[in-house]
Amino acid sequence: MFQVRIHGRGGQGVVTAAELLSVAAFLEGREAQAFPTFGSERTGAPVVAFCRIDDSVIRVREPITEPDALIVQDPTLLHQVDLFAGLSDDGYLLLNTGRSFDDLGLGAFVERFDVDRCVTVPATEIAREHLGRPLPNAALLGAFAALTGQVSVDSVAAAIRERFSGPTAEGNVTAAEHAHARVLQAGRASHA
Amino acid sequence: MRSQIEGSQAVARAVALCRPEVVSAYPISPQTHIVEALSDLVRTGELSPCEYLMVESEFAALSAAIGASAAGARTYTATASQGLLYMAEALYNASGLGLPIVMTIANRAIGAPINIWNDHSDVMSQRDCGWIQLFAESNQEAVDLHVQAFALAEELSLPVTVNMDGFVLTHAVEPVDLPSQAQVDAFLPPFEPRQVLDPGEPVTIGAMVGPEAFTEVKVLMHAKQMQALDVVPRIASDFEDAFGRGSGGLLRTYPREGADTVVVALGSVLGTIDEVVDELRAENVDVAALGIRCFRPWPLEEIRQALQGARRVIVLEKAFAVGIGGIVGQNVRLALSGLPVPVFDVVAGLGGRPITKRSLHTLLADVLHERIEPNQLTFLDLDRELVQRELHRVSQSPRSGPHAENILRDVGTVAAGSH
Amino acid sequence: MSETIKLYQLGTFAVGNRLLDPDDRSVQADVERSNTLTSGHRACQGCGEALGARYVLDAAMRATAGNLVAANATGCLEVFSTPYPESSWQLPWLHSLFGNAPAVGSGIAAALRAKGRTDVRVVAQGGDGGTLDIGFACLSGMFERNDDVLYVCYDNEAYMNTGVQRSGATPPAARTANTKPVGDEPGNVFGQGKSAPLIAMAHEIPYVATATVADLHDLERKVERAMEFRGARYLHVLVPCPLGWGSAAADTIRIARLARETGLFPVFEAERGEVVNVSKIRGRVPVEEYLRAQRRFAHLFGEQPRTDVIERIQAGADRNIRRFGLLEEM
Repeated sequence: MFQVRIHGRGGQGVVTAAELLSVAAFLEGREAQAFPTFGSERTGAPVVAFCRIDDSVIRVREPITEPDALIVQDPTLLHQVDLFAGLSDDGYLLLNTGRSFDDLGLGAFVERFDVDRCVTVPATEIAREHLGRPLPNAALLGAFAALTGQVSVDSVAAAIRERFSGPTAEGNVTAAEHAHARVLQAGRASHA
Repeated sequence: MRSQIEGSQAVARAVALCRPEVVSAYPISPQTHIVEALSDLVRTGELSPCEYLMVESEFAALSAAIGASAAGARTYTATASQGLLYMAEALYNASGLGLPIVMTIANRAIGAPINIWNDHSDVMSQRDCGWIQLFAESNQEAVDLHVQAFALAEELSLPVTVNMDGFVLTHAVEPVDLPSQAQVDAFLPPFEPRQVLDPGEPVTIGAMVGPEAFTEVKVLMHAKQMQALDVVPRIASDFEDAFGRGSGGLLRTYPREGADTVVVALGSVLGTIDEVVDELRAENVDVAALGIRCFRPWPLEEIRQALQGARRVIVLEKAFAVGIGGIVGQNVRLALSGLPVPVFDVVAGLGGRPITKRSLHTLLADVLHERIEPNQLTFLDLDRELVQRELHRVSQSPRSGPHAENILRDVGTVAAGSH
Repeated sequence: MSETIKLYQLGTFAVGNRLLDPDDRSVQADVERSNTLTSGHRACQGCGEALGARYVLDAAMRATAGNLVAANATGCLEVFSTPYPESSWQLPWLHSLFGNAPAVGSGIAAALRAKGRTDVRVVAQGGDGGTLDIGFACLSGMFERNDDVLYVCYDNEAYMNTGVQRSGATPPAARTANTKPVGDEPGNVFGQGKSAPLIAMAHEIPYVATATVADLHDLERKVERAMEFRGARYLHVLVPCPLGWGSAAADTIRIARLARETGLFPVFEAERGEVVNVSKIRGRVPVEEYLRAQRRFAHLFGEQPRTDVIERIQAGADRNIRRFGLLEEM
């Protein structure tokens, strides 16, 4: 079982991200479960969503306390919420930011992880470029696909197109593909 | 057709496939996505003919359903928590009048203190209202149970609730196989009411009944509900024949009957329990999970049978009766009366507190190592020290303030959310 | 063949009147009337509500060719009409709860619409308590949705079924079981209460009307008129209660007439929130005559009459007269 926890703020599409990820896995013939935590959050408040992916039926329903991958949609959460709780040393970390881990004061922190598994992506900027709105979730899913290989970017695109239509769908798909290519490239570069 | 879909959306589609003629809707978290989805289906004409009434309260929602059902329409509504309480009077009215309304309860805690998260205190507070009460473990089962519920309700002329854990199921996106319209039409014939408001054949429904006949009327209600103990399994069996998968019925045991230790529970927590059961069995612990799918009527004989040979029974429930203890536990004890089986009452998941595998493992270990006593109310993951501090605070001053606020201040928490 | 005989009292309150054109005769005068609330019910002698319900429902049955379903709130009418195992109702009739008659009516109307039975109409009815107080949210909801229901309120100005307790319709100074004439303010206090007809008008529903059991033709005509509309309609009927009002059983109709003639109970019709017709007072009467006929106001007339209270009541009547234009322009 592969467990993903997504952090963000209300209005950034965190819940949708988890759902789309589960649909992408489903389209590949796998079992998936997505659900959010809930509160009386309004736009801007911290939100967490979860996605489990497995090959056999998923029966467990508790929140993910030991994620295999962490997606952080909003870097301003860094000093407000305990984002990294339960992430093991060989876990994946995907952070939405145009800056580096060092710039954010996380340089030392990420050293304990596998360097190939920790990535920053300027997903909000990518979204603005292709979607015209600062909604980073699709781009982050594309990056996630490249980073973990748990789903393909094509499945992510298919999931997006199932949920959305017209320019919204295409803008999101392009954002996902852009971020996907970028992470792949960075991965190749770091091994060069 | 199998798809990855939100629980609420799946249930709304399942209900629509049953061709309700009247849907009354009042929104309350966490049921809102169900009634919203049904509104869309009616507006687009996908669900037609159907009248969708946006009423002014839950009391009105069930009252309108009562009128509609009495006029011969297949009728549906949904609610949770406070909403269920607000329609309490109407709940008893509907069952007393024998109207086959189907209602989804997206189980949620009851305030005060106000809490929007999942537990079973809502439906448990109304367990005596005379409705048949079914519990779904998964969104697939929720879909299947709604189809079965209409058949059940209309056969017995009794209202039925389908309980699904709020947020945990309603807002979870997971694979669900939705039947086709043709399949549901074949399974569920048009509604033939036992009694109907028809100018062609006027009847008086809802007269006052005095001491001379009230008891007999009530006994008939009870007898009718007890018939459900036969009808529920038969409909589940017919469903399996028609749709090719088992769901519903009175109860289910995993992996087999006759285990030493049995954990009894209702609803979605059974998935987590099954996982723990598998892990423990791999360590040679003889444990099994008994899931109650039909809570009312209470399948007493079937539960007694299922617990034959158990050396200990752990009842894990998401509600309790303040001032006395476990509710499902009480009912289980009734089923076990005369048998020398210790029953452990464990209350967990109140107000949406997650029930984790880790905690369940600890619980089972505590029980097996006799660190917990039977017949004593145990609360899973209770912060005992916090409770003690508050009790101490109360004893020190008459104006100690509201418990909830004191405790929240104590733990330094202001945000909601389980994370 | 009917001659046009000029009669000076075509508005006569007589039920029969064989000299009237058949079209002008009351429903009650017709031997073929539905008798929807048939005899044998257990109402008190002189019960205004039993009279009002019979008038209203027979008229509604005629207007709908018998295609009518009724939802009834808990209250006197429901209780005295269905003493198990007997029932006085000769139409499909459902009693659910005290506070939900309007919602039940909405549900019935929805079911009929879903089944394509738009020929069958719905009446929901209740007393002032069930309508104005406990059923008020449901009433407003039904109005707001413009559901195709005629709601009839039989207003006897207190919770009569449970022993004459004060409701939101109880007039100032009236004695009830919990507004007794003890203390400084005798009876129900001034400055409380609500006008259901005005509130109904504020919802801008197609038709709102008030009526009393004193004017049969007027009441029947209003029921018929109401049935010409689709959507939410409200009829508020004043029905004196001899027991609760402390009036003579034989006085029910006379007292209802006095309620109109004093101006205390304005009789009018409104469509979509605007008054379209007013029943003028034929011979104005001071409130005292109305009050003296009812023991619930007896405490105002003792050794030391409460002329101050009576004046306030009169002022209320004067205000109604002015507000609704209840007197003929001279």
